[in-house]
Amino acid sequence: MTTVTANPSYKLRLASSPHVHSRWSTKRAMWMVVIALVPCMISAVIFYGFYQLLIMAVSVIFAVATEAAVKYFRKRELSIGDGSAVITGLLLALILPPNFSLFFTALGAVVAIGLGKEIFGGLGYNIFNPALVGRAFLQAAFPVQITTWSVPNFAVEGVTSATPLAAFKFDKIGTAVSSMLYGNIGGSLGETSAIAILIGGLFLVFAGVVNYRIPLSMILSMIVFGGVFWLIDGTAFPSPLFQIAAGGFLFGTFFMATDWVSSPVTPNGMWIYGAGIVLVLVMIRLFGGLPEGVMYAILFMNGFVPLINKYTQPKIFGEAK
Amino acid sequence: MSLFSKAKTFRGGVHPSEFKELTEKVAFEVMPNPKLVILPLKQHIGKDAKTLVKKGDEVKAGQVIAEPDGFISAPVHSPVSGKVLKITKEKNVSGFPADAIIIQSAEENELELMPSLDPETVTPEEIRERVRLAGLVGQGGAAFPTFVKLTPPKDKVVDTVILNGCECEPYLTRDDRYMIERPDDVVSGLKIIMKALGVKRGSIGIENNKPEAIEIMNRAVANIPEISVDVVQTKYPQGAEKMLIKAVTGREVPPGKLPMDVGCVIQNIGTAIAIFDAIVKGEPVITAAMTVSGLGIKEPKNLIVRIGTPLVDILEYCGGVKEEAKKVIVGGPMMGVAQFDFEAPVMKATSGILVLLDEEINEPVETPCLRCGMCVDVCPLNLMPTKLARYAQLGKLDEAEQLGITVCMECGTCAYTCPANIPLVQWIRLGKQNVLRLQRERQSA
Repeated sequence: MTTVTANPSYKLRLASSPHVHSRWSTKRAMWMVVIALVPCMISAVIFYGFYQLLIMAVSVIFAVATEAAVKYFRKRELSIGDGSAVITGLLLALILPPNFSLFFTALGAVVAIGLGKEIFGGLGYNIFNPALVGRAFLQAAFPVQITTWSVPNFAVEGVTSATPLAAFKFDKIGTAVSSMLYGNIGGSLGETSAIAILIGGLFLVFAGVVNYRIPLSMILSMIVFGGVFWLIDGTAFPSPLFQIAAGGFLFGTFFMATDWVSSPVTPNGMWIYGAGIVLVLVMIRLFGGLPEGVMYAILFMNGFVPLINKYTQPKIFGEAK
Repeated sequence: MSLFSKAKTFRGGVHPSEFKELTEKVAFEVMPNPKLVILPLKQHIGKDAKTLVKKGDEVKAGQVIAEPDGFISAPVHSPVSGKVLKITKEKNVSGFPADAIIIQSAEENELELMPSLDPETVTPEEIRERVRLAGLVGQGGAAFPTFVKLTPPKDKVVDTVILNGCECEPYLTRDDRYMIERPDDVVSGLKIIMKALGVKRGSIGIENNKPEAIEIMNRAVANIPEISVDVVQTKYPQGAEKMLIKAVTGREVPPGKLPMDVGCVIQNIGTAIAIFDAIVKGEPVITAAMTVSGLGIKEPKNLIVRIGTPLVDILEYCGGVKEEAKKVIVGGPMMGVAQFDFEAPVMKATSGILVLLDEEINEPVETPCLRCGMCVDVCPLNLMPTKLARYAQLGKLDEAEQLGITVCMECGTCAYTCPANIPLVQWIRLGKQNVLRLQRERQSA
């Protein structure tokens, strides 16, 4: 404590108001997403073994390395600390099939960061969800490998490596909802356990990282759109509950569609975006050639985000209704 | 303050750490005369006051030393007894040099008061005249001469007067203390305002983080059916005029319009006290009540100081400033003005002086916009800060104007929230000035 003089010897910071800031930072939000993914990582190891950790590690390492390399060659500041490349790497790994080739994984991670994100200018400038871009590339390049599923550990009798959606679509075989709840089914690393996804996803919603509107819009839309077809023909079309629990729906709902950069910023835009994803998804699942379509549905709607933002600007306070 | 609180409010907003506990239980203390006072001729929005004294003149406390120039202007009174040292340019709290009268103060103040008026028999004209002569200006920051607000144009019908007891800026506890220490004077001041405007309905809006003030004010208005205490949610910027009107009456002030356009006049708690003092005690505005707080000051206090007291004297009086202090702010942390030294004087509208440390400021690294939409979600006026800031940055003024940049009240909720720590409101402030200039040019063209 010193005597106060009119001109203090130390430096005071001059800035325009506000002079305080919330606890939010890009870094904090990103690392919270990483924490939220831990339950899914655990479920991947439980149901498919420790090899899956290698896939995650390779994916993360190559994602981070690609970002670092691009920044280096473009002579930009390193941005690894913000954790976004780690998230992209993790997300990509969690939507790959179990026991996937490590070489292909690395390739996917390079494409995800390189073509999905850095080519647009890096974090904040990409149009499409980078992890999904990586996954879409692998789907196109290695269609067989990426649809080769593994039988989960602790498989109950009759559980095969086929995903519930494929089993239903091609063989009209249903899957117990309880299995889908725990994740004891065929599918991608982090997508199978509904419980693990919900733990992480709800954490993000309640922590305020993820706005509730997109997940809620998607779940309600699935109940409506999926429900309509199910009511029309309950044998040809699966129930909405099955559609929500199966495939990549929940993972996509909480971790992919809610990606800040590639989703709308307006409240109404978020509702429309969520509904749009589900509409496209239901069309692909029920009438397309593929059993699953979350990835394409989200990528498709990513492209509409600028348009959605433009036409859903909120009404300014006090403007005539 | 539970999640299911039924307190009235508006959509959007944020809840920064309050830090009110530093001073909310500390009663007002009157600071003695400083050695000299610096009195800017402009302590309000409008034209500078015209000086009436010259170097060497002896003045009394309460004496008019500068008279208003034009309708939107306000007089300046000497806050102390003493001698005019010089009339010169001095920088004020905004950092710009401005004409000011500097008075060397005597130890004792010889008060020169106006005659007392009876609040029961005083007429609206007498109220307005007294408020004008007493030099009252709004205490909410803009410092608009108060009597102008008490003189609504003939075509506006005002039916409600709301006293703003929200004090939604963190740290500040001045209005809270006023309500706790002088509840009857607050009510009396409100009644005088209602009388001046010929209004039957009065409300005192208080945020629900001030239970003591709410209880005391409820008791004070218990037998006055036309005045109610409205408890509103603790949320920044609940004290903004548009937000408070929405919470209390449900009415929305349209963009570009004034509270009067929806039949409301808002006055600060401090203004109600000042009006009471001017009418009943005959005292002009010569003191300012304020909160001196922040973790960087040794003894946080609620103080009543002479207008024109340099910041240095006040900080010294409060035990001194810690060396690790990062920001010194006049006003609240959300909308106040940062200082680069302690020379500036307290003005009529000064409501607080804050000394902040790094840990209170909490400034993360700026990153590109992640389009998370949080700024859109929290903006109380439903604007799109991220877009407005971007347009301002790119100089796309037409686009910014179309998106309503001039509606922005610069509350700073967006910049406070932004995870990427983009200076959103700062960009918007710049863009808004540029758009306003464009509009003026268009008009004169």
